[in-house]
Amino acid sequence: MSLKLLNITKRFGTVLANDDISVEIGEGEIHGLLGENGAGKSTLVNIISGSLVTDSGTVELDGNYLDLSSPTDAIESGIGILHQEPLVFLPFSIIDNFLAGLPKSRDFDRTAVRDAISEISQEYGFDLEPDAIASTLTIGERQQLEIARLLWMGARVLILDEPTTAISEDQRENLFATIERLAASGMSVIFVSHKLEEIQSICNRVTVLRKGELVDTLAVPCPTSDLIDLMFGGYEQSTPQSQTVLGENVLVLDAISAKDENGTIDGVSCRFSEGEIIGLAGLEGAGQRILLRSISGLTNPFRGTLNFGGEDISHYPYSWYIENGFHYLPADREGEGLIQGLTITEHFALAESQGAKTIDWGKSTQLAEDKLQEYAIRGTVNSKPEDLSGGNQQRLLLALMPANLSILSMEHPTRGLDIESAEWVWNELLERSKSGTTIIFSSSDLEELISFSDRILVCYAGGVIGDISAKSTTPHDIGSLIGGIRI
Amino acid sequence: MKIYQGPIYSYSIAILVSIVFVSFLLALFEIPIFETYRLLLTGSLGSTTKFGDTLMVGVPVIIASASLVITFKAGLWNIGVEGQIIAGAVAASFVAREFQLPSGILLPVMILAGAFGGAFWGLLVGLLKVKGGVNEIFGGLGLNFVATGLVVYLIIGPWSRKGIASTSGTEPFHQNAWFPTLEGFRLSPLAVALSFLVVFIVIYVFSRTQFGLKLRAIGLNPDSSYRFGIPTSRYLLIAFMLGGAVAGLAGVTQVASIHHRLVPSISGGYGYLGILVVLLAGYRPSLLVPIAFFFSMIAIGSIQWQLRLGLHSSLGGVFQGTLVLSVILISAMRLMQQKRKKYSKVGD
Repeated sequence: MSLKLLNITKRFGTVLANDDISVEIGEGEIHGLLGENGAGKSTLVNIISGSLVTDSGTVELDGNYLDLSSPTDAIESGIGILHQEPLVFLPFSIIDNFLAGLPKSRDFDRTAVRDAISEISQEYGFDLEPDAIASTLTIGERQQLEIARLLWMGARVLILDEPTTAISEDQRENLFATIERLAASGMSVIFVSHKLEEIQSICNRVTVLRKGELVDTLAVPCPTSDLIDLMFGGYEQSTPQSQTVLGENVLVLDAISAKDENGTIDGVSCRFSEGEIIGLAGLEGAGQRILLRSISGLTNPFRGTLNFGGEDISHYPYSWYIENGFHYLPADREGEGLIQGLTITEHFALAESQGAKTIDWGKSTQLAEDKLQEYAIRGTVNSKPEDLSGGNQQRLLLALMPANLSILSMEHPTRGLDIESAEWVWNELLERSKSGTTIIFSSSDLEELISFSDRILVCYAGGVIGDISAKSTTPHDIGSLIGGIRI
Repeated sequence: MKIYQGPIYSYSIAILVSIVFVSFLLALFEIPIFETYRLLLTGSLGSTTKFGDTLMVGVPVIIASASLVITFKAGLWNIGVEGQIIAGAVAASFVAREFQLPSGILLPVMILAGAFGGAFWGLLVGLLKVKGGVNEIFGGLGLNFVATGLVVYLIIGPWSRKGIASTSGTEPFHQNAWFPTLEGFRLSPLAVALSFLVVFIVIYVFSRTQFGLKLRAIGLNPDSSYRFGIPTSRYLLIAFMLGGAVAGLAGVTQVASIHHRLVPSISGGYGYLGILVVLLAGYRPSLLVPIAFFFSMIAIGSIQWQLRLGLHSSLGGVFQGTLVLSVILISAMRLMQQKRKKYSKVGD
């Protein structure tokens, strides 16, 4: 038995999420799917599991062409997916979770389901009590519930989408033992991850995606540095563009720890000087996001100090940060940056209020018109963010920034932008840096990190494991650090 | 071909749909259709007295809907508006009963007290939401019941009429606590002026002030608003208090210009009716007065249906409900259309 993907292509607007991807996964094989965020992993597994429909290309199982237009089609063909957050009905018992997804072809028979649960549990060493309520289970047990349910539904191909994100070390060992047992019984397993050591420890082969393309398929284990080169490599050494002469330290982080829904950082120490551009490298979720939010006052660290101008500001409210020239620009430009439903003029009226009680619409409209011109934004003063392209949204966010900033924290400055907008954004940022603003940005584009940073900090598992000068480094070195290999 | 699909388009279609639907009902029971609509118009606008009555019924609806615009724009489903109307009525009744003052002083004090009462009740819903994580729909609904219970308690308890244990209401207020009316009319210019003033203020706040813009921003996207530096929790609490204060004024007009005493069903369901008006207006404060007036026309005009045609006056409610449902349906369909257009653009 084998699963064959042939020339899978999927396009979202101008973005080619999957570009002609072909791969074959054999019976009993554990096949890794590796790549940075945005590489196209999710699109690919969503296509295989019926949540997305391909633009072109086919999926075959045992030589039979599959028509996958819904998740039901996929599971009926024998393809099951375990999502990052297991999709279980939390208030339901385990047995009711099975019955809730009952295919039309089967009888509503509690006794049969009960027997099936204990049979599967016994075979795979799961600890599933049919009457237990799902909300009382750990995430690891919920995964077992989902896997058992998919097996019961007849899955022969199992996709695991970053299954180890939310589970403990013990649970991970259990899960891996289960995956190996499933493979031994002939199931084909697709294991999606961006954790290199997991791919190395469990997979037979791995396919690496980058920017929507299949880069290579390798047998595992293989040298980790090869995988990193495949994930990040493939561009010319570029020359750094920022040549900041380092001045005084403006912001010093001393053993900062913070934790919330945006991630965890533990004991991070670093310093930033005036006008410096610092790139944060790292796998998604390694701590860059919460580090940027801690620096800009959106998340207060629970331990450590943040020294700004001789003062520990780590416990100050966000309003203090705003008043003192801190600014944060998120990766999710529509969700956290701009306000859908408000016009560009209204955005400027909000941003430029400066304590005024009333709004002078004439002035705000004029300001918006001037800024649209200055920042070359394609839109009118009455356009709303949802009418703008990603590039124009980013320009608008930059145009809305106050004039004199001391610290600018920014996530993925050019993600999803066309080349023209990306260049434009960086010109603007370099101007800001020259006027003394310290810019700290995260990026998963090594070329961007090396080209525009003075210094690169590499985040790994909630810590900063590398602090290197952008002028004397190579993509390969940064890639190794990103993968957790110290040089 | 390009068709103008703005709000006027939706309203005309919606009114047409509801007229067709109600006509269909009438035809089904063999009731003269045109006579029914003629009675609706003459019954509500046919004489100055009737026009005055229609205007008067509109007052609490207009005020309640103005209150709801404030909270709805901030993204808050303030179902607690009924309780806030009641709290305003109770506070105004307290002043009317306890203080022997000349009209010129007593009425402003009653209005202020009503605003404070409503604001307090609104603040409770806000605190439950912001500090306790209780959804404002449930908090508001719960507090509506508490407010109703409080009124009944006051009427049969501390404020009961001497010698009569009755839930019909308190003793009527002293004449000084009545809103003055025009000679021979039930219409009180003060109440009407109050409702227009409130709508004017709401229009001003949302079109000219930073406060209104910030509330709208929070309602549209709290995360981005917070990033912009708007203290979202504080603004939500203020929105609840302001909404409550305005709703409280509706309570004041109910006790001071309609009932002249506190009665158990003092809010008269005008809070819920206000929700319909706001939905129909698409949150645009400038449309509140005409829509609320149209609703009162149906309410007053449909009395004639009962008198002349023997129809149950609840048919007026059917008319109102159909109207709201059609507008919502047509707006939703337009939204879906736009979304589909957007997707197909992305797919190109």
